[in-house]
Amino acid sequence: MLGVIGAATVDDLFVDVPATARLPGPVPGLPLHASEMAVERHFATLARKNKAASDHPFFLGAGAYKHHVPASVDHLIQRGEFLTAYTPYQPEIAQGTLQVLFEFQTQVARLFGCDVANASMYDGSTACWEAIGMAGRITRRKKAVLSSGLHPHYVSVAKTMARFTGDQLDTATPGLGGTDMDRLIGAIDAETSCVVVQYPDVLGRIEDLSALSAACQAAGALLIAVVTEPVALGAIKAPGEMGADIVVGEGQSLGVGLQFGGPYIGLFATRDKYVRQMPGRLCGETVDANGKRGYVLTLSTREQHIRREKATSNICTNSGLCALAFSIHMTLLGERGLRDLAALNHAKAVLAAQRLAKLPGVCLVNESFFNEFTLVLPKPARAVVHELAAKGVLGGVSLGRLYPDVAELEHGLVIAVTEVVSEGDIDALEAALKEVLA
Amino acid sequence: MNAPNAAGWRPEMGETHLAGDETFTGNRALMLEERLIFEIGDATTTGVDLDVAPAAPSLLGSLARSAPIGLPGLSEPETVRHYTRLSRQNYAIDLGLFPLGSCTMKHNPRLNEAVARMKGFKDVHPLQPRDTVQGALAVIDELAHWLVTLTGMDSVAMSPKAGAHGELCGILAIKAALEARGEDRKVILVPESAHGTNPATAAFAGFSVENIPATDAGRVDLAALKARLGPDVAGVMITNPNTCGLFEPDLKAISDAVHAAGGYVYCDGANFNAIVGKVRPGDLGVDAMHINLHKTFSTPHGGGGPGSGPVVLSAALSPFAPLPYVKREADGSLRLVEEETAAEDQPDSFGRMVAFHGQMGMFTRALAYILSHGADGLKQVAEDAVLNANYVLRSLEGVLDAPFGHSGPCMHEALFTDDGFAEGFSTLDVAKGLIDEGFHPMTVYFPLVVHGAMLVEPTETESKAALDQFIGALRSVALRAKQGDPALKSAPHFAPRRRLDETLAARKPVLAWKGDKTEG
Repeated sequence: MLGVIGAATVDDLFVDVPATARLPGPVPGLPLHASEMAVERHFATLARKNKAASDHPFFLGAGAYKHHVPASVDHLIQRGEFLTAYTPYQPEIAQGTLQVLFEFQTQVARLFGCDVANASMYDGSTACWEAIGMAGRITRRKKAVLSSGLHPHYVSVAKTMARFTGDQLDTATPGLGGTDMDRLIGAIDAETSCVVVQYPDVLGRIEDLSALSAACQAAGALLIAVVTEPVALGAIKAPGEMGADIVVGEGQSLGVGLQFGGPYIGLFATRDKYVRQMPGRLCGETVDANGKRGYVLTLSTREQHIRREKATSNICTNSGLCALAFSIHMTLLGERGLRDLAALNHAKAVLAAQRLAKLPGVCLVNESFFNEFTLVLPKPARAVVHELAAKGVLGGVSLGRLYPDVAELEHGLVIAVTEVVSEGDIDALEAALKEVLA
Repeated sequence: MNAPNAAGWRPEMGETHLAGDETFTGNRALMLEERLIFEIGDATTTGVDLDVAPAAPSLLGSLARSAPIGLPGLSEPETVRHYTRLSRQNYAIDLGLFPLGSCTMKHNPRLNEAVARMKGFKDVHPLQPRDTVQGALAVIDELAHWLVTLTGMDSVAMSPKAGAHGELCGILAIKAALEARGEDRKVILVPESAHGTNPATAAFAGFSVENIPATDAGRVDLAALKARLGPDVAGVMITNPNTCGLFEPDLKAISDAVHAAGGYVYCDGANFNAIVGKVRPGDLGVDAMHINLHKTFSTPHGGGGPGSGPVVLSAALSPFAPLPYVKREADGSLRLVEEETAAEDQPDSFGRMVAFHGQMGMFTRALAYILSHGADGLKQVAEDAVLNANYVLRSLEGVLDAPFGHSGPCMHEALFTDDGFAEGFSTLDVAKGLIDEGFHPMTVYFPLVVHGAMLVEPTETESKAALDQFIGALRSVALRAKQGDPALKSAPHFAPRRRLDETLAARKPVLAWKGDKTEG
């Protein structure tokens, strides 16, 4: 090969790299190559230092949920034709990925009660910020009103971005008494681009969005609904049905798994009339030269590789393989399976909440919820969570972890109960909580 | 319209008459047409077997869902077939050479998949108490350590979700650093050959973007750049090796000049795979660089993500790095630095970019690749990638115009143009012709600085035998474009679809299945 190239050594090919910038040997500090067995052993050692959700009674939610993922999902996403394909820029040899995206977009749009969805975003929090940006472009206004029930990490992301874009955010921390629906409606004015409300909210509460939607509409603002638990929409009304203009969400519940926070999958849906202001990739139907139906990436004049500094977003990738996993899981469920799964989650959560709320000094915050609810404990919940973990029970997410600087919330514990929770798990949580609170 | 008899036989059909090479189903033996789930599934079929819900009151308030959602279900065997059939309509690295320049389609070792699926990593919640996730935090900490070591930088922000998100992280760090100095610099300089994400990111952060001119040799024009520097310039965004596949030999001089003028240097690390283990960007004066883990460190592209874009930072920018990050305590234990302790640990942090801690599933895979290859193997990755690209360059420059071939060796990718094609023949025709030859085309029409660009990146994955097959195919197609072979204009002839009407798709967008929600 060097003969064809006309070089004496491989190093001669690096002639443009100044000698001073070239390392004389292998990178100092990094060990030499290792065998497959040795690498596997190293990871197995590290993996054992973690408590896996499936090995313990497990009740964490707050933006990431443990659901049973059917075995065929992981099998199918590991087919090399999906796993090792690129973005479908050559549609004639990427119809597999493209048809999946078209089906995925339709599933998400229908689940959210919207006209159209994109081919996915990084995660729920970045999708939420992108929605705020999109509302700003549509309304040409700069003020976003964020519900106190929006996940605090989503609020943090929005605050980071707003600091650089000059958007104004009206935020509040949640109270344990009720939601801040009145504050949201009261805060809408002629400068408001959007109201952002999480459904169910970070404490698990669910509330009708129709009045809020009407108030937004009257003021020319958009309503953005954020769904961090899409399984809920098998049991409760879709935000789009109640008038939300943009619905975004975190899709990790279906197909993707916990993965210590990523990769996850941002869901993003809206009305047909706003599609040209939407960020992210879109797949559309068309025909080929023989008139056969096929799919392509489309409306890319919104995107960075065409528009450069005038793009709707700098986003380049979507979360392709996670969209595939989401879509396969949703196809396996179908309408009936999703409704049954949602009913199972709700029933288990209601029974768990009723039992736990009977513990001495414990009370339930929620009047309504889907599969996640908030308890107020007789002592700070953060320490309780650590004590529960020491007893082998992963007992929920403390509000102290989510809102470390809000003293009124430090007794709050958010508990998620999905289909994977057994009656024995609830027994274990109840018993451990009793001991810790005694 | 897909296939006339896609739904199969019905009693009322009568006899079917097929012409020539038609089939009843529209299938071609192993090439199977597959309808949409909305056409084959229905609302009552499910492929999952759930426990029966226990009796419990409803606490959904007035919000119980009544209207149909419109989600079709398939049984498990139908599901497996649907997605298996669809998968076969995709090209992939597992099928063959995938020479997409700038995208770096290298083999994805299956060890990476195995370790990412260990339940101690895949089945851990991001908000678990820290004592229960020390192994997961150790993976992040260890990968961070090796990324810093390989780049010679001061620190790394691990949370960005993809390359473009990493660019945003670096640019926000620069903006925060300028704010901390009380300076309001407005301009970011970007070469014309840059990825579209560079100007899009700079614009998002409120900067105005100006072009840096290039020399005839395809490099940044150092003199022109120096002349433009001044108190309004926040920094430069430079890709190195650049998108023409060339190393920027003046990068250190560029960095020194930018720093002297009070600006910062962002390096787009999309092409780090060409120099990994051989050159440390920190030695070239870079202040921030994202690393696409899927490009340099072999995490799978997955049909368009998920990516992962950690950003290495210089000492000057490290104080502004985002939350959260992993910190090692005096007792050796690991913890996440989040908003709670930011005031003590990272008071100048520009804030949080994502809900949780980044792409854990990609960290395990990338770390497995780094440990498998080691310092010697990673150096060879860069060398083999560059050797393969130069072999392609010199084997094709006789038939394809190589605009920078005269200026010396390329790095990891070889750039060609459409110069010399017959009237009416374009780069697109060559790409579609390659599809018929059984290859994924190279990157086309990027970078924008040459006409009809074709950017070929073979990566270190390919053997000489695989390269020779590809070179033979591309030479043949290129000659057909130069001779004006009319059959090339209508390629591909043998793919699952002929050329697709992208104009129609954009003019009359159909972005979701509009059939009845209850049919099926």
